[in-house]
Parts: sequence; C-alpha cells; structure tokens
Amino acid sequence: MEAFLSNIDRVVDGFSWTVRLTLLSAFFSFILGILLTAMRVSPVPLLRGLSTAYVEGIRSTPLTLVLLFCGLGLNSALGVSLADSVAMDVFWWAVIGLSAYTSCFVSETLRSGINTIPLGQVEAARSLGLTFTQNLRMIVVPQALRTVVGPLGSVLIALTKNTTVASVAGLGVQEASREMKLMFDQGIAPVLPTFVGFAIGFLILTLPMGYFFGWLAKRVAVVR
Amino acid sequence: MRARRINTVLGGAAVLALALTACGTAEVGDSGGDGDEGGGDTITIGVKYDQPGLGLDEGGSPVGFDVDVATFIAEELGYSADQIEWTEAASANRESFLQQGTVDMIIATYSITDERRQVVDFGGPYYVAQQDILTQADDSDITGPEDLDGRVLCSASGSRSAHNITDDMEIDAELREAGNYSECLELLGNGTVDAVTTDNTILAGFAAQNPDEFRMVNNPFGEEKYGVGLPAGSTERCEEVNAAITKMWEEGAATEYLEDAFGTTDFAYEEEVPELEACA
Amino acid sequence: MSIQTSVLFDVPGPRARKRNILYTVLTVFLALIGLSILYLGFNRTLSDRESSLFSAETWAVNPAGQWAADMWAPFLRADTWTGYVIPGLQNTLTAALTASVLAIVFGLVFGIGRLSKHWWIRVPSGAIVEFFRGIPLLMLIFFTMALPIVAWQVFDVPTGTFQVTALAAVVTGLTLYNGSVLAEVFRAGILAVPKGQSEAAESIGMSRTQTMWTILIPQAVTSMMPAIVAQLVVLLKDSALGYIIAFPELLRSFTLLATRESNVIPAAIICALIYIVINLTLSRVAIWLERRNARRGKPSATPTAAGGAPSEVNGARGSDEKPTEEPGPHKG
Repeated sequence: MEAFLSNIDRVVDGFSWTVRLTLLSAFFSFILGILLTAMRVSPVPLLRGLSTAYVEGIRSTPLTLVLLFCGLGLNSALGVSLADSVAMDVFWWAVIGLSAYTSCFVSETLRSGINTIPLGQVEAARSLGLTFTQNLRMIVVPQALRTVVGPLGSVLIALTKNTTVASVAGLGVQEASREMKLMFDQGIAPVLPTFVGFAIGFLILTLPMGYFFGWLAKRVAVVR
Repeated sequence: MRARRINTVLGGAAVLALALTACGTAEVGDSGGDGDEGGGDTITIGVKYDQPGLGLDEGGSPVGFDVDVATFIAEELGYSADQIEWTEAASANRESFLQQGTVDMIIATYSITDERRQVVDFGGPYYVAQQDILTQADDSDITGPEDLDGRVLCSASGSRSAHNITDDMEIDAELREAGNYSECLELLGNGTVDAVTTDNTILAGFAAQNPDEFRMVNNPFGEEKYGVGLPAGSTERCEEVNAAITKMWEEGAATEYLEDAFGTTDFAYEEEVPELEACA
Repeated sequence: MSIQTSVLFDVPGPRARKRNILYTVLTVFLALIGLSILYLGFNRTLSDRESSLFSAETWAVNPAGQWAADMWAPFLRADTWTGYVIPGLQNTLTAALTASVLAIVFGLVFGIGRLSKHWWIRVPSGAIVEFFRGIPLLMLIFFTMALPIVAWQVFDVPTGTFQVTALAAVVTGLTLYNGSVLAEVFRAGILAVPKGQSEAAESIGMSRTQTMWTILIPQAVTSMMPAIVAQLVVLLKDSALGYIIAFPELLRSFTLLATRESNVIPAAIICALIYIVINLTLSRVAIWLERRNARRGKPSATPTAAGGAPSEVNGARGSDEKPTEEPGPHKG
C-alpha cells in the first residue's frame, strides 16, 4: 500500500482528468439530450425522424467505436483544431465523443419521463391555447425533469465510468484507468492495492452521486 | 409451471453458453480449417498480428520476418511448423503473457532492455533494428529527429520510441498516443500528426503498404535489439534459442527471411550478424 | 395512458402546416450542409483542396480520400468476411452469450441475496453489488488480466500456475458489471410484485424459498424482461472493450483488417453498421416483450434508458412506487 500511496500524485492527476471529462461531457450531453428530445416530440415529422435515427444509431454503437471515430476520423475530416496542445485536443475530442454518446441516453430518459405525464395535463395546456413550445417549456419539461432525476443520476454515473474508454480508443487521454494500467505495467506498486485504490477513487465519485440523485429524486418527486 | 419453464430456459441458455465457450475463441484471420493440431506437444509463440512485414495476420496465419524467425527457432527446438500455436502478443501484454505462461516465447519486435530483463529472460538478439521516422511523402522538412521540434509525433501506447526522442534526446515534440501503429498511420495520413516514430523495421512495413503516401526519413539512430522473450529463469531454453539464432544467420536463412519481408521496399535492412548476449 | 407525441400539439392548421414545411425545408438544408461537410471532409477535399468549392473536381471521389473504391473493395471479397468479420462476430457472440448467462445467474444470486432476512447475507450481497456497479468495466478487465500476478504477489502462487485468457477476462468483467446491474433489476422486480401474492403463498403454507422461486421470481422475470434484454444489449456493446486486450472480437478483427488494408475509417463504418443491426434487433425484441406484457395486462417495469422500449404502460404502475427506486439506466 505504501508504494501505491507514494504515487498518490499520479492517482490524483488521473482522477482530475476523469472529473473534467465527466463534468464537461455531462453538461454538453444534457443540452444535446434536451434538444434531441424536443426534436423527438416535435410536430415536424422530419425532425422526429432525424432524432430517432440519431438516438437509435449512436445508442447501438459501442462507445469505443464512437470515440475511435471521433479521434481518428472526424478530427481530420473537419480539419479543425480544438486546442493548441495535443493533450487538450484529444481531451476535447473525447468530450465530443462522450457527449454525442451520452446525449442519446439523456434523451431516452427524458422521453420516458415525458411519457409519465398524465394526458390530461397536456390536453389542459392545449385547451388553454398553449403552443407546442410553450407546452413543452411550461408544462411537460419541468414535470418530466422531476420524474427522471433518479435515472439521470444513473446516466451521470455511467458517464463517469465511461470516461475510462477515452484512454484507449485512439485518443489516449491520461485519465485514471490509464494511470492504473501504467502502474500495473511498470510494476511501480503491487497490483492488488493499486486496483483497490483506484476502485475506491471511482466509488468516491460514483457512490455519493447515486445517493445525492436518490435524495434529490425523492425531494422533487411529483406526487400523483 | 411457469417457474419450471423459466428454469428450463435458464438451464438451456447455460448449456448453450457452455457449449459456445467450449468451442473457444475463433481464429480471426484464419480462413482455412485448423483441424490438424498434430498431436503431441505444441509450442505457443506470441507474435504481432498488426505489423506488416514483421507479423501480420494475413487471412490464414501470421506472416512476416518475426514469424519466419519464430518458425526456424521452433524447428530447432524440435517443434515442426504445425506444432506451433500462434498467439497475438500486443505491446501491452507481452510481459504478462510470459509471466503467466500464456505463451512459451515471444518474438514480437521485443527489444531487450535492462528494465525488461528484470521480469523476463531474453534470447538473442536475432536482429538489431534502429529507430527511424516516417512522414508524409510530400513533407521534406523532416530529415531527422532534431527536425521534430515543435511538431506532433505519434507512437503506439506501450512503446518507448517517442520517449527516446522527447526525453532522452530532449527534443520538444508533442506526443499523440494511438492504440497501435495503423491508427498512427491513419493520423499521419490525415495530417493530425506530423511524424510517426518507431523501429525502422516496423515503419518499413507500413511504408511499403502505401509507398506514395509515406516516406521513411532513413536517418536511423539508436539501436533496438530484438530478443526472444522467455519466462524468467529459462537459461537452458535461452542457450538453445541462441544456438538456433546463430545457425539461422550462418545458414543464411535470416537474410532470406529479411529479403522476403523487405525485398520489395527500399529499406536497407541490417545484414550483419547480431552479437548474441549471454543468457542470464 | 401515456402521451403520444401528437398530444403535445394540435392538429396543424394552415399556418402551422406552412411553418412545418418551412422547418422541414430548413432542416433538409442544414442536414445537406452537414452531410456535404462530412462527405468532403472524408474525401479530403474540404480544407486542403486546390479547386474551388463548387467545382466538379472538389466533389469527385478523391482517390486519396476515404471514399476511394479500393478502400471499400476489401468488403466485397469473401475472404474478408470468412477470415475476419465472421470469426470476430463469433467471438463477440461467444463472449456476450456466456457473460449474459453468467450475469443473469450472478444477478439472481445477489439480487435475491439483498432481499434476504439474514443480515449476513444481505449486507455482503449489497456491498458486492454496489462495488461492481460503481467501478468501470475497463478496470475490471485490466484487473482480471492481472490476476496471476496478484496471486503471485499476495499468495505466493508461482506465475504460470493458472492463466487468464483474454476471453476469460472479458467475460469476467462483463459478468461482474452487468450482473450487479441485473441484481438491482431483479430486486426491484421482486419488490414490485404485489404484496398479496407472497401473503397468499404463505397462507397456503409455502416456505419462503418456495414463495420466492414459484411465485415471486417468475412474475418478476416476466415483468423485468424488457429491462433484462436492454441490459443484454449493453453487455453486447461493452464486449467491444475486449479490443483493448487483443481479444479477437468484432472490433478487434476490424482493426486487424484495417491494418492489412489500411482503411481504418471504412472499416470503422462497416463495423458500426454491424453493431447497429444486431443491437437494434435486440432492442426490437425488448419492445416486443414490453408490448406483449402490456397486452396481457401485466405492468412492465419501467425500462432503463439503456433499453429501447418506450414506456407505454406507466399508468399501470402502482401509485406508491416512485420512479427513482427503479433501476436506472446503465450503459457501457
């Protein structure tokens, strides 16, 4: 364990990348997820179709492949550089890939939340003359968000764990699991304490998230 | 009733799963049937599957220089060609494969280093490669490692080559790490990175695949002694391997294998007999 | 009843129809621009082109780009499929099926364990489930691969005593992770069976075990089927992580193929298509199961977001059941 603890700065460094990846991807996938959901229930058939195709397609593709595609294909195809240094460039491509992937799950969660809203609510809103966007903004989304707080928490937890894939799929972001593998390979510290140490690190991130979202979900639950 | 049905379904699924596992792992890149295990002893050798010229999965079994060398050594050790079981040895799992005994030996562009000698034994070297740089064909600015200052350099994860340039030679190049060299080549082809660096043998194989697109700088530096990786404490086996390697060079088989692998490229491979190192 | 999309807005009148047409045209326009950028980008004529943007030369298939015919030609040859794709698919399915069965067993054991009357079963079961649910699959795979080293470092078992193959590492990782998610699914499913069922069983003298296996689990499994299938889709997708430890599954065999043919991007696209077809089929099964349950008048558990099944039967849910207590989405 001492050998592991003497390398604690590497562990912390790895987890700092994990946290940054998680937070930024969570933010973008939430925005994109709401947009996809709005498209999915919109009056325009084409928008509905596009959103469905995107969500179903990306959701069925392994994350590894999505990230591989971002890191090896899209970056050069679009010919844009996202940052000056390579480390930040791959970081941002990882954020894009993770957001593109996670937004599908956010969208599906929101949609199932919308499905829990009683018919009468939206019918009442329509009979008051609310338009689609007003209906969505004032009636549907606020209630839907409250019912899906718990499941959204699970999406966030899954995202936290998924950031590990960014270390391998052609991107090589220096996040926690990569540090763990490097420490395994370089024989810096015995394997078991290293694994337990990194596992505790992830549990420190994910367990409180689970409890917080569970608590929040109970607090904001819609009584029906 | 329903409980029984569900149990039956679960049981059936379990049987199916076990049957599937019993079939084992299907050979990727193996289009022919492999019924002829040959009986008796087999030897498991780890080679690369993703390095053209050295060890490449070629729709049947791996082919390349490393594979030829491995076949020769195995024959000297008393195993015929069909008693060899090939396993893919990626850079990341070479040490653990040897430590665990997953493979009997590894011949996969495995450089002998003091660091690695602490965990595994090495026979050989059977070839001494040098490090070189691969760039886009139309990039004439890079003629050697010192030109990489401020450029982006790609290397595969688990490889030390890029660190030789950035750390040991203290050249200020930026590193982009990819999963393997074909990913590096993709990044080089689309201009995300300026150069790929690793052993000239590996680069030559890739350059030969796309001669119009890539150019080898041909300014080799350093030396990478390719050893035959063996589990720690196999001194006897190491001596046998060394004898086989000596014979391979004396008979001219080694040059023949190199000619097979790189004859069509303009890579000037080393024809000098490598100096064997003592078995620990 | 749930909200159908059409409930959110009125039947469009003449103005709304015009607006919709405008939006449609706008979307088509934007989508075309997006597709063109992608096409030109992968054609390598987007940023570093010599001809003007609208000349035919720019739009012709660039032999150096990703759309060049020889990049795709390998997929028209039979040996590509027999030598790489089909064995890879076989390995993916082997790993996924084995792990599915083991994960279901793991889930049943620990899901029921968490409901045990005895704290010494309940608490460890809960701890195990929470532990494996909280750490990334990739770490589990790396750790399983390193088990012989652990045995050597901790128990002085000489290395070489036992080996962990790549298949075993992938299956173990998938089993532990998805099994712990399924444990939660089963637990929630068993808890969702109306209380009267177990009371009735007890009143006719059935033991706790009998009640569990003949009354509760069959009902729970039926209602949880969509969620289970959804989790199996996740499992199948996650098996692609085997590519990192050189387990020759579908993605890995495409990587090897791409090395041989130097066509990384086309190979990735075809590989993605294969995954999409398999997973969409599985998702359809989940939806079909859901509908079947709905027809039979049984409430299906709310599907996880990872599943494709739209929740159309939420009205049938017990009013005291909070959505947050259900297993949330877990994906890989």
